[in-house]
Amino acid sequence: MRMSKIVRTAADILYPAILIFGLYVVAHGHLTPGGGFQGGAVIATGGALVIVAYNYKEVTGWLKKNVLMGQEVIGLFGFIGVGLLALAFGQVFFFNYLAGSGSLFGMPVPYGINPGELNTAGVLPLMNFAVGIEVWGGLTIVILYMLSGLEKEGC
Amino acid sequence: MTIIDFVFINAPALLVAIPLFAAFLCPVIGKISSMVRNLWVMGMMLVTAAVAFILAYRVLATGPVLYVFGAAAANLAIPLDSGGIPIRIIFTVDAMSAFMDIICAIVGISVLLYSLSSESRNSSLEGYYTLFFLMIAGVFGMVSTGDFFNFFVFLEILSLASAGMIAYRIDGGLAVEAALKYFILSTLGAIFVLFAIGIYYGQYNALNIAMIAQRMQFTMLDKIALVLLVAALAMKCGAVPLHFWTPDAYSMAPSSVTAFLVVASQASLYGLFRVVFTIYNITMNCVTVGWVIIIFGVLSMVVGVTMAIPQKDIKRLMAYHAVSQTGYMLLGVGVGLAVLGNTTLTSAFGFMAMEGGIFHIFNHAMYKGLLFLTAGAIFYRIGTRDLNKMGGLGHTMKYTMIFFMIGALAIAGIPPFNGFASKLMIYESVYLFNPLLAIIAMVVSILTLASFVKVFHSVFMGPKLPEYADVKEAPLPMLIGMGILAAIVILFGLFPQPVVDILVAPAAHALADQGGYIASVLGGA
Amino acid sequence: MLWNLPFITVVVLTFIGLVTVLLKKNIIKILLGINILESAVNLFIVALGYREGGVAPIFTLAPSELMVLPTPQALVLTSIVIGVATSALVLSFAMVLQKKYGTVDIDKIRRLHG
Repeated sequence: MRMSKIVRTAADILYPAILIFGLYVVAHGHLTPGGGFQGGAVIATGGALVIVAYNYKEVTGWLKKNVLMGQEVIGLFGFIGVGLLALAFGQVFFFNYLAGSGSLFGMPVPYGINPGELNTAGVLPLMNFAVGIEVWGGLTIVILYMLSGLEKEGC
Repeated sequence: MTIIDFVFINAPALLVAIPLFAAFLCPVIGKISSMVRNLWVMGMMLVTAAVAFILAYRVLATGPVLYVFGAAAANLAIPLDSGGIPIRIIFTVDAMSAFMDIICAIVGISVLLYSLSSESRNSSLEGYYTLFFLMIAGVFGMVSTGDFFNFFVFLEILSLASAGMIAYRIDGGLAVEAALKYFILSTLGAIFVLFAIGIYYGQYNALNIAMIAQRMQFTMLDKIALVLLVAALAMKCGAVPLHFWTPDAYSMAPSSVTAFLVVASQASLYGLFRVVFTIYNITMNCVTVGWVIIIFGVLSMVVGVTMAIPQKDIKRLMAYHAVSQTGYMLLGVGVGLAVLGNTTLTSAFGFMAMEGGIFHIFNHAMYKGLLFLTAGAIFYRIGTRDLNKMGGLGHTMKYTMIFFMIGALAIAGIPPFNGFASKLMIYESVYLFNPLLAIIAMVVSILTLASFVKVFHSVFMGPKLPEYADVKEAPLPMLIGMGILAAIVILFGLFPQPVVDILVAPAAHALADQGGYIASVLGGA
Repeated sequence: MLWNLPFITVVVLTFIGLVTVLLKKNIIKILLGINILESAVNLFIVALGYREGGVAPIFTLAPSELMVLPTPQALVLTSIVIGVATSALVLSFAMVLQKKYGTVDIDKIRRLHG
């Protein structure tokens, strides 16, 4: 059930744009509304656009279930790993050990109203990325499984 | 810092982190081989159970344990610049939470050993073990948390994972129908809980249970929140008149999952007690709410056992008995609640009623889990659950028959098994409160015995049937899993007094003592 | 009266959601009723955080320092995620039931009874 050429071309052009916008929402989760789940859902919606425009056999050629499942596991492992690393450093579970420390995301947060510094907030952007990748993989797999049930019915 | 010190300090966090870690890595490890995956799940479950036992030992020795997530120190409940309000997620483990942790750990180990062999015939087991560890993380989180919204989140994790596991063997669509019924009712209940959380937040600007308890004035909105919470949590634990999901869900799930669903229902029962005793305590009208819980209990007992007698499906029969036994727990603790405002009556029989109800939670998890596992072993060997088609299995499945007999005698309240000890405490204290209730409880106990005698006779007695000529005994991991539960049933039946003194009485006192709970979190403020 | 408009909307949406869940026969419609109920409760929690004259609680290029409460927004975010998972699970159940029973009418999906 492929759509017409206009729809397919539009989906081809829009998918990278949606992907970049979703990653922007994920990366700026500690400064603007957004974060892990919202950005992941945006990217999965881009995937749904591609799935609607093409038919099932072609889509499973690009969006492979194994890769998406691997993304899910990497995202989840990253999230809980960052939390457990705080225990390895001798602090409390989920303690923000990178905030204000000068390393990866460690710039101290300026006080009051400011234009927003990306390099702040410690552990939070790492967790945002982990959750974003996980939600991307998870929601796309859900949509793919529902599409595969549709194809088997033949309707 | 040694390993033991590390585990000692961080135990509440590890209790939830280790099952989540195991669940998230199960799909990857499952791709290597099935032997590695079996070792991984068994190892992680043993580590989690060890952490649960260490935490329980620490709580029973030194008092309630606080663990603040993401703070500078683990017991810094009130940050220095927040004006006296605890703003982080806190795990508050007091004696009642430690009691439920021990139950979950013991049943979890037995069920995992059992499912190593009962599920070995199926493929794609990574989903099974992932959902199983999510269920374990959900139960541990629900009973250990001190923050009400965190309780809601773990409640939803538990109901999502349970619905997935009930529908695991699709079974021609029957299991999915049962899971759908369970899940829709469960979601409605969770929405009511969220409504009540919104009401509390709007009035008191606090989500911490101790903070809500300290600021509680029993306004009209609080009455609405109480009704919503009691209705939702009573639905989740299978009390009449909200028990309709119980027979379908318990009978269609794989047997190892059913034994753990019993623990999940009791975690919701723990939630009900936490709301009624710790948040409200004597600010509400204890007698009225106590009598409402007693009515729920009596209805559950009677309806459960009378619906169980004509059943033909062995697991459906056991599910109705689970509803009936939940009635005993509600009756015991309801009597304790009804006399809470009156200190002379409380010290006379109120505490004994609460201890009976709480001890019955433990005993019920043990013998009901054992009974469901034996029903699963029978199903594994014969392939049917219909009582009319079974017969003469006692000749070949000798160990299963002995375990079934131990479970059936325990549920009927026959000494020297552990059902007798807790039921005796409930009978004595409820008789002093109102004699009619105790007589109803005893009649229900007799009907329970009658129902299980019928099941035992039709399954195990009689001549050997020709179609079951080559049925062997259940495999060894299943027997070991059942054996752990049976050993505890016998042990706690022979020596109930040390158990009551060490485990149950501190739990009952911690539940009734609202001031102590608030002081342990807010530091006497 | 105008300041109570969010709460009146919550009551209306709850009523519509409950009526849908209780009276409709198609599983998909029951799922939509559950979604309406979830939206009602989320609106209730967000509306509780309003402070008069406040702006969104984000410090990046904020117009003023008087802000509404941020905690209810975190609670609602968690609740929305749980709602997504709920919908995905019920839809998967509906797919399997359609394949095995041939219908999604809950009056006809009644093989388990007694």
